[in-house]
Amino acid sequence: MSDVSLTVNGRKVSASVEDRTLLVHFLRENLGLTGTHVGCDTSQCGACVVHVDGKAVKSCTMLAAQASGSTVVTIEGLADGADLHPVQAAFKENHGLQCGFCTPGMIMSATDMINRHPQGLDEATVRAELEGNICRCTGYHNIVKAILAASEEMSKAGKGKAKKAA
Amino acid sequence: MYSVNYHRASSVADAAKLSKKGDAKFLSGGMTLIPAMKTRLAAPSDLVDLTYIAELKGITVSGKTVTIGGATTHAEVAANAKLKSVCPAICHLAAHIGDPHVRHRGTIGGSIANNDPAADYPAALLALSATIVTNKREISADKYFTGLFETALKEGEIVTGVTFTAPAKAGYSKFPNPASRYAMTGVFVAKGKDGVRVAVTGAGEDGVFRSKPIEAALAKKFDAAALEGVSVPSAGLMSDLHASAEYRANLVVVMAKRAVAAANA
Repeated sequence: MSDVSLTVNGRKVSASVEDRTLLVHFLRENLGLTGTHVGCDTSQCGACVVHVDGKAVKSCTMLAAQASGSTVVTIEGLADGADLHPVQAAFKENHGLQCGFCTPGMIMSATDMINRHPQGLDEATVRAELEGNICRCTGYHNIVKAILAASEEMSKAGKGKAKKAA
Repeated sequence: MYSVNYHRASSVADAAKLSKKGDAKFLSGGMTLIPAMKTRLAAPSDLVDLTYIAELKGITVSGKTVTIGGATTHAEVAANAKLKSVCPAICHLAAHIGDPHVRHRGTIGGSIANNDPAADYPAALLALSATIVTNKREISADKYFTGLFETALKEGEIVTGVTFTAPAKAGYSKFPNPASRYAMTGVFVAKGKDGVRVAVTGAGEDGVFRSKPIEAALAKKFDAAALEGVSVPSAGLMSDLHASAEYRANLVVVMAKRAVAAANA
């Protein structure tokens, strides 16, 4: 058994878990955060993507023990109260989903992608960066549209903030 | 996954000590080992996590000498500005391993310790004539990669880093499998002070290898046009459901042309 302590969506959590416990199972079963999905369970589909210390990772391919001491953000931690995160809002606005199963991973990947490209994104980059996320409904068209819209929205907001600060 | 005991090593010496427990395996990014454990293809009794060891992390560039710590992630290699200024080809290679999430976890040490025959880094290190540094010795890339998933590493030996001299020119091009993104054939070309070295991954039955016909042609003229009409033998190349040995032999030449074009760009 391993004693693991993490900060998940701003909340400090500790538990004693089997060493083989995957991070995704810890999130879903110990913490009840079932927004993070298990799709393929073979590191391919990206439905399980969460942020560990600010970086998007596949939580089905990491042990909870490996993440001990880290800060984790899941889909449940993105919104600011009742206000959707800009990426969530853009997926809603652009209908970037059909069945919704891949959506938590898509949104966590998109948020990470936008954070890593503060200069903005183009369609080719978005499609290349989505290599690790599989959607079997949409053909990706509206997902790409949503991410581009969110990227633009967030860069505008970022500039707004910078102006305010200045 | 079978039951396992997880240990977080605080130093290389600590990791070497912990690895003596049962049937222990070193765990780096875990992008191959954890899936292998989930399918029970691997069943170590103990895992020794190397990724929290500070001395295994980071990239230093001093003049043309590059050193990359074993626990440095693909994303870190891809994004390192100093490395990009002296050897952009290795950054390009790292930026095309797996997907963004895999690149956030997977490490160069883990990749070369596993030596998957379709992994990208072995081609780079062999073409760059790199030295693999372990907690016990230094091994030249020529002697390090010994076969399919086989390396010169001994029991309990840890890849602490790799080092190489940035060549005047280098390029990498791969034909990724459309599903897995592993290289069906990947070619790394380097033109340095010791001449032209060309290493091929994803194609050889025994893993990464140097292609002499391509090296000979590029030594005459380091240009894609020099490879017109050059062919490589299909003997010793892999045939599987993805491609025949003959198809891969053709891909070696095509990828080499693209790699040289990238190196000269």
